[in-house]
Amino acid sequence: MNPKLTRRRFIKGVIASGVAAASTSLWYTASGQNRPAGAVERLLTINVNGQTRRVDVAPQETLAHTLRYKLGLTGAKLGCNRGECGSCTVLADDVNIYSCSTLTHEVKNKAILTVEGLRAADGTLHPVQAAFIQELSPACGFCTSGQIMSAVALLKSNPRPTRAEARQALSGNLCRCGAYDHYLNGVMRASGQLS
Amino acid sequence: MSSHDVMPEMGLYQPVSVEDAVGLASQLAERGWLVGGGQDTYGWLKDRAKRPEVLVDLKGIESMRGVRETADGIEIGALVTLTEITRNPLINERYALLAQAAGRVASPQIRNVGTLAGNVAQDARCWYYRRGLNCYRAGGNLCYADTPEGMNREHALFNTSRCVAVTPSDTGTALVALEAQMVIRNAAGERVVDAEEFFVGPNLDIRHMTVLRAGDILTAVRIPAKWANAEFYFEKVADRNVWDFALVSIAAAMRVNNGVIEDSRLVAGAVQCTPRRLTSVESAIRGKARNQETADQVASLAVQGAQPLNFNHFKMPLMENLVNRAVRGHA
Repeated sequence: MNPKLTRRRFIKGVIASGVAAASTSLWYTASGQNRPAGAVERLLTINVNGQTRRVDVAPQETLAHTLRYKLGLTGAKLGCNRGECGSCTVLADDVNIYSCSTLTHEVKNKAILTVEGLRAADGTLHPVQAAFIQELSPACGFCTSGQIMSAVALLKSNPRPTRAEARQALSGNLCRCGAYDHYLNGVMRASGQLS
Repeated sequence: MSSHDVMPEMGLYQPVSVEDAVGLASQLAERGWLVGGGQDTYGWLKDRAKRPEVLVDLKGIESMRGVRETADGIEIGALVTLTEITRNPLINERYALLAQAAGRVASPQIRNVGTLAGNVAQDARCWYYRRGLNCYRAGGNLCYADTPEGMNREHALFNTSRCVAVTPSDTGTALVALEAQMVIRNAAGERVVDAEEFFVGPNLDIRHMTVLRAGDILTAVRIPAKWANAEFYFEKVADRNVWDFALVSIAAAMRVNNGVIEDSRLVAGAVQCTPRRLTSVESAIRGKARNQETADQVASLAVQGAQPLNFNHFKMPLMENLVNRAVRGHA
């Protein structure tokens, strides 16, 4: 097997080509009808992970959709798609939000941060990511990127949270494996309160 | 390409002034849908249970943000988020009841974007209605919850009329207790409605939970100084501590002098379609000492007249216990 063709890369490639095909055909034909005059401009310039990205965004499009299927940032997962599970959590101006329940147009003037944007330029992991690895926080890993983003949001506003505060801050992120205490250990380690 | 976020095709306006928003709201009327935080909205749209053609995103309207001091109390902009309410020094200092209620809404992520106006104006959570079934509230001719087999564990004890859904709002009970006033704008001008009158039951209007109609925009909530720094009690009981809606909640404001209750407002949530004032308890505790003995004497008054459905009898002792705790002043 080609070591460079990982599963993740393969899936990303398929997504990218899907977007290219869609943006030239179906999106436009489907959206041309019944559009009221004066609706929002579709072509947006948004700030994602410190980069300026130009992207064509439908008026009703959620941020999760834009990130995953137009910008190729699949770190935010679509779990429930109803604002309950938290696996789509990203930061908008340092505040954690459900990207499945936010229209991209609502946050076009905010700085979006996803799990892909946490790593330093030299590849060093964010302290929360490093701590989650050390504490073996994730089990299956599906909710992990959301848990990381909620933890990052917490530590930005409260660098030394108590365990109770951390529990409260991560309470909007479900973990089907029930690894909650492991995530809390990770938050305590990331905030330097666990040796 | 399919839409992975399952959002239906629709238009979007982002007005930046109340005037423009009011113009859009009245022009679009039933075709339009006002969005604040959107946390009640997108579920309806994704499920295709409600099908507005155009969204009007109000979040760009700067004048609907912020908490201001007024001559008589404070005015909270409709777009102030629930997280902002839990952290606002003015609200925490004088009206901690509202901060406590806001802090018990849903999850951190939802409180980060969910607005005060959205929390009081959100629609019923009856799952039959939410599922898009053609029940009374949806304009049909049947209630699916109030049947022998209907799953009505979360439904109403009081004042049902065909529909048995309850108010889902946590801040609504606190605002009624604080005698708040709702500031509503439409094309004809501005009107101010008492929080108690803002919520309407199915006997008055089965299609709406509030007095808001197409073309109306809730722009602010005013809280008078009357209950500032009073003694407060808020408790919400739900199946889950996060995300879930109340099974029963209680919001109480009391003026206590030398241990004696001079005046009070007690409001229960999730027991009927509107926040329920417990006036019989309020009058029974006036002039009484605020202690366990008084609480034991009056708590049963709260559930008098309850008409439980098949699966929600448990709400009666639950409500009684919450009233007991509110009167004595501790959990």
